[in-house]
Amino acid sequence: MIDFEPTEEQALIVETVHQFAENEIRPVARESEEGGALSRSVLESAHELGLVANGIPEEYGGGGEPSAILGCLIAEELAWGDVSTALGILSPSLLALPVALLGSEEQRGRILPSLAGPTFVPGALAAVEPRFDSDVHRPQTTAKREGDGYRIEGTKCQVPWLEGGSDVLVFASEEGETRGFLVPRDAQGLSVEMEKNLGTQGLPLAEITFSDVEIPASARLGGEEARGMEEIIDRGRVGLAACAVGMSRAALEISRDYAKERETFGAPIATRQAIAFKIADMAIEIDGARLLAWEAACALDEGKPAARMATLAYSQARRVALKVSDDAVQIFGGHGFIRDYLPEMYLRNAGGFISSFEALTLV
Amino acid sequence: MTISFEITENSRISVDHYNKMAREEMRPISRKYDEEEHTLPVEWVDYWWSVGRKGAPVDVAQPTDGFVTVCIQAEEICWGDCGLYLRMPTPALGGSAVGAAGTPEQKERFLSPFNEEGHPIWGAMAITEPSAGSDASAIETTADFDSETEEWILNGNKIFCTAGEQSATVDGGITVVWATVDKSAGRGGIKSFVVPANTPGMELIGCEKKMGIRASDTASLRFENCRIPKDHLLGNPDVQKKSSKKTGDKGFKGAMATFDASRPIVAAMAVGVGRASLDFLKEELEKQGVSIRYDAPPRELTAIERDVIEMEADLQAARLLTWKAAWMMNKGKPNNLEASIAKAKAGLAVTRISQKAVELLGPVGYSRKVLVEKWFRDAKINDIFEGTQQINQLIVARRILDYPSAMLR
Repeated sequence: MIDFEPTEEQALIVETVHQFAENEIRPVARESEEGGALSRSVLESAHELGLVANGIPEEYGGGGEPSAILGCLIAEELAWGDVSTALGILSPSLLALPVALLGSEEQRGRILPSLAGPTFVPGALAAVEPRFDSDVHRPQTTAKREGDGYRIEGTKCQVPWLEGGSDVLVFASEEGETRGFLVPRDAQGLSVEMEKNLGTQGLPLAEITFSDVEIPASARLGGEEARGMEEIIDRGRVGLAACAVGMSRAALEISRDYAKERETFGAPIATRQAIAFKIADMAIEIDGARLLAWEAACALDEGKPAARMATLAYSQARRVALKVSDDAVQIFGGHGFIRDYLPEMYLRNAGGFISSFEALTLV
Repeated sequence: MTISFEITENSRISVDHYNKMAREEMRPISRKYDEEEHTLPVEWVDYWWSVGRKGAPVDVAQPTDGFVTVCIQAEEICWGDCGLYLRMPTPALGGSAVGAAGTPEQKERFLSPFNEEGHPIWGAMAITEPSAGSDASAIETTADFDSETEEWILNGNKIFCTAGEQSATVDGGITVVWATVDKSAGRGGIKSFVVPANTPGMELIGCEKKMGIRASDTASLRFENCRIPKDHLLGNPDVQKKSSKKTGDKGFKGAMATFDASRPIVAAMAVGVGRASLDFLKEELEKQGVSIRYDAPPRELTAIERDVIEMEADLQAARLLTWKAAWMMNKGKPNNLEASIAKAKAGLAVTRISQKAVELLGPVGYSRKVLVEKWFRDAKINDIFEGTQQINQLIVARRILDYPSAMLR
């Protein structure tokens, strides 16, 4: 039956996460961006709050079955606070979810408990490559079978690289098929260069080069049947769509408040149709994008094919994020361009959504 | 209570039922009644009256999706033909108005004939006037009470009355007319009145020649000392004066509430037209060996693939917003904001989708040999009637900004 109402439990979680985003994340959003670092204490308090990676089985200390819809609800609230911080807080899922879904017993036992432990441990996933034609479904990074293991060759970018953590999950092509490989962060031949990007500057992102990195055969995800990474990519698109919706909602809210305060010719600019209609369009598009993300999330949760829906949701959400944040800058006028205010940061972050963000968070 | 996009089995039955009807009963005559504007589509009217109005073979013991199922029905029928949908013998917007403002006794009296045997009858709503459209509070048609005969006397001109030709001239039909009982009271003086077909003093002036939905009769009506009984006024006859802050203009707001129920339906109609265009486009592309690669990175997609993905996303967003607005009615929640969001999104998205389909199909799209050009013409009205794009933007903006209408107009 068609229903748009979260369960009571979900609603309570949303409320709690929203409070956290409002009280802990938003106040440090600008500082993170300017300082190029996330607040470790915010990451720790989020972990203490119970924002533990989605999908870790109970036997490993997690909450059990992954819920993409709950993941969306949480991601939207966190990204409403700040996209960089949200992606940092959610980074453990980058490892936890693929390992929980596709990992062997050994892999699960090795990786999952620490991610559900008492302190925050980040995850890392390397999907995007530093080329204009980067394609997460068809990476150029290769995994060649050699003896008892694999040799990984290639370069990845936009890999969340928060301090701590054991492994990075790398998408690589094994004889033309895209597979995931768990590579220790300190593996020989793995080199890291921190990136500087248009937006999300609070989130540490790295370009990672793999030169002759040797890993054991047991490092491959997906078991004997060699399951691919398609579902992980879908979960990434839905999660990013939810983040884009959260950021857009924040942009709408600050635009609304500003437009009601700022006056021209003796009345608030919000009373002018030129501004009011922009605000209406923002609200309309954000609601639509959210429902597309939810629908794709429900398909994932029901185990239905979700690739098309995930693509539709993400393509819509990234477009909406750009339009809404651009409108926010416009409504703020000159102030929108000034880094004392948030709209310019939202607009730069939107540049990431439209250009390259893939698998930066998973639901 | 959990988020779900799974329609009930009964909705699925409705989809199949109305889709079959659209394919078999509507599409074959779609072109004919587009060309023969103003001709009553007799075979369709008879089909609906004798078979169609019985509804889908749902299992009444099982749950439905409530108003969402109604939206699903409107989408499927308008996928068939939006103009023919508007020509069906039903209470239509007249029914929505009676439903929103009438007493239980009035609902029974005015709406039950639509479920009875006999010949087909129509309902309609007449609001728009030559100089009052989106600003419904500016209407000039008057209703004066004759205390001697206990009758209301209507005087004025109405235009753009959908289904008005049939509702005004076929015995048994009803036309709900908006008129002011006290001009000095502004919006507070506006009431709605049920005028039975062929009431003396109500005259059909004619039907508009339109760009699209040509199967639909868009009537002009003149009211000249048109007398109707006292109890044909819907709801409360008291006039709420502007000065009385407490009661405000509840009557007008009550009448406007009709739109909260009708806008999701119109949005669903729009989605039906848009889907017709998009389905045709995708089928043509398939025939040419073009399939859409949903998993490819954006920069690898062809221009057509990008366009189709954007059209699909916009159409689905419009559909889900429509369902949400309808679902809120199921829950008994006020849906003024959501109804306008759905209508604004669907009206514009579908206008663009139908235009894009013509553009991408080139000479095929432009030719009257196929229906894509018709849907291009049919779609546009969805961004105009039942509140233009701009009126819906106004409503959404007022809600988001928490402004009364006086602050933002």
